[in-house]
Amino acid sequence: MTTMTIAKAINEGLRAALTDNPKSLLMGEDIGALGGVYRVTDGLIGEFGPDRVVDTPLAESGIIGTAIGLALRGYTPVCEIQFDGFVFPGFNQITTQLAKIHSRSNGNLSVPVVVRIPYGGGIGSIEHHSESPEALFAHTAGLRIITPSNPHDAYWMIQQAVQCQDPVIVFEPKRRYWLKGEVDVAAPGTAGDPFKAHVLRAGTEATIVAYGPLVPVALAAANAAAEDGHSLEVIDLRSISPIDFDTVTASVQKTGRLIVAHEAPTFGGIGGEIAARISERAFHSLEAPVIRVGGFHMPYPVAKVEEDYLPDIDRILEALDRALSY
Amino acid sequence: MGTHLPSTEFDGTAVDDQREADAEAVMGEPPAPMVQLLGPDGKLGFDTVFTDYASKLTPEVLRGLYADMAAIRRFDVEATALQRQGQLALWVPLTGQEAAQIGSGRASQPQDYIFPTYREHGVALTRNVDLAELLRQFRGVSNGGWNPKDTNFHLYTLVLAAQTLHAVGYAMGIQRDQKLAASNATGSGTSSPEPDAAVIAYFGDGASSEGDVHESMVFASSYNAPVVFFCQNNHWAISVPTAVQTRVPLSNRAKGYGFPGIRVDGNDVIAVHAVTEWALEHARQGKGPVLIEAFTYRVGAHTTADDPTKYRQAAEEEAWRAKDPLVRLEKYLRSEGMADEAFFAKVKADGDELAAYVRRTTHDLETPDIRTAFANTYAEAHPLVAEELAWFEEYSAGFAGEEPAEEPARQAVTAQASPKAGH
Repeated sequence: MTTMTIAKAINEGLRAALTDNPKSLLMGEDIGALGGVYRVTDGLIGEFGPDRVVDTPLAESGIIGTAIGLALRGYTPVCEIQFDGFVFPGFNQITTQLAKIHSRSNGNLSVPVVVRIPYGGGIGSIEHHSESPEALFAHTAGLRIITPSNPHDAYWMIQQAVQCQDPVIVFEPKRRYWLKGEVDVAAPGTAGDPFKAHVLRAGTEATIVAYGPLVPVALAAANAAAEDGHSLEVIDLRSISPIDFDTVTASVQKTGRLIVAHEAPTFGGIGGEIAARISERAFHSLEAPVIRVGGFHMPYPVAKVEEDYLPDIDRILEALDRALSY
Repeated sequence: MGTHLPSTEFDGTAVDDQREADAEAVMGEPPAPMVQLLGPDGKLGFDTVFTDYASKLTPEVLRGLYADMAAIRRFDVEATALQRQGQLALWVPLTGQEAAQIGSGRASQPQDYIFPTYREHGVALTRNVDLAELLRQFRGVSNGGWNPKDTNFHLYTLVLAAQTLHAVGYAMGIQRDQKLAASNATGSGTSSPEPDAAVIAYFGDGASSEGDVHESMVFASSYNAPVVFFCQNNHWAISVPTAVQTRVPLSNRAKGYGFPGIRVDGNDVIAVHAVTEWALEHARQGKGPVLIEAFTYRVGAHTTADDPTKYRQAAEEEAWRAKDPLVRLEKYLRSEGMADEAFFAKVKADGDELAAYVRRTTHDLETPDIRTAFANTYAEAHPLVAEELAWFEEYSAGFAGEEPAEEPARQAVTAQASPKAGH
């Protein structure tokens, strides 16, 4: 076991992937000498050289589009998008090309491209630097979307993304980049399947599903609820596409109540999809409607008021009160 | 690049002569000259650079180029007819662009990789794609239709210019393969078994306005990627003339990216072949990308859903028919005694045979099972897909032995909403 931050764990995971797979390479803006704006690729260009840690022109469509071409030639590119709000110039390449090439080639071609996107708010940043656009990608068949919440998962999930034959988008919780934790670099253990949800805390009265940056918030909310005598189960979803509905369903069948928390706006979001699925799968177990805790239907607000926007412990506890009152 | 015949037009109209003069004023120098070897009169001219390449074309090769152009034109007529008969949902005709496509495609080597748009039926022919398979997409039985790994001819891309970036990325992969091979060869003492390869990215004058073309040229230039950008300027992006896409000859844009740009008479198969061969050599030798603008004309409609009479004059079409790529090569072959009546008769018979094959095969193209769509959405197992497939199987089983429910309105709606893809 080694203690490291999420940023360092991804760095080590990328190092391992570059070492294991000579056809893998990193592409992105400022990922070379600078090591990325969050230093996630720090030191890698020195070890692997500029052909495998590629500082690209400042063009997101170009990054994704050329990565697709490299994948068609047998390479495994790992693209870094600098910030969540800047992925959209590459959105066309991701949704119309990357997601569809395996299907439209009738399975003859695969494009195992990984796209890393630091996402989410809470860092006091300026416009376009705090968004959570995961639902836009989850709606697109052909993509897989995962998001680690701790260093051990981060270390293994980035490597699993590189090994996957499908395109994988890794949403990295940027406000947790400096969250420290134990990493077992020898074996993934329970992190063996990146598309499986993890029950982080067992409980009996309600289930909280969260992912990425809100996992620590959900755990803190469960602690606070315990002090008030309520037993909450906390699930780290880990994968947004596919979603491990089996784990969520089993939990709700036990607790009877479900709260889904994410930073992204609730309207049209992942929480709505989970609510619909669970109402189908566990209707008779539900003691209360599924409650979503998330962002409002507005552009991500200015930094000085983002605390009012972001789900926090109290927002989750308020939802719990409502769930328990049915 | 030597002395070339002067370019005097965008598309032969007075308005565009003015536009060209404006472009000269902006740029402070004449627009790029146009390479032409075989003129509409069927006489072979001279070029200080490209005549050397053209002179390598034996009479047999020249006859082959003619036969290819005739075959793909016959195929185009047949596919248009199949659409009119309701056998295809849509067709994208290429008539008028045979020389641009056959000339460039025949200049490529087997190890090269081609990224087409959706109109490169002639290039597909040169890459040995089964032309019946090409029709799968237009019949609605596949979104692809052939395995690009068999022919190094990528699937058609309908989102304009997206493939130009794929081409550059593929070329960046070739560069890395060469380095890996070189380092392996150093270790093992053997030389690389792979011949040097290059990539061709096709696009049109309409797509030239897309941002992806710009980004692809930036990436190609920055990394000196072995890619040839082959722009068929066919003068019309559906109903919008080239003049709306650009104020300068498209080939001149290469200058801004720092690599050569050449305008070639796209109806001159000999010049297109020569220029493309030169550009591919340039790329394979590690000298970087080249932009070729093949100056040609879409004689027919954009697609079978289009009506050019609404936006352009018949006189313009007639002016371009006078520059027909097949007619001028036929004149040349006949005047040089390289081909006789028997040859042209055989070309016609072969074309009819191809048309019959395509007609027959199109009728037989099997409608796929939607289960293949479930199977091909992801490369690896996916629980949601599995769940939805299981539901579909159970649902379908409920109809075992029954006729499908009547949907009277459906046929009418489908006909009305016939696809009008692309630009």
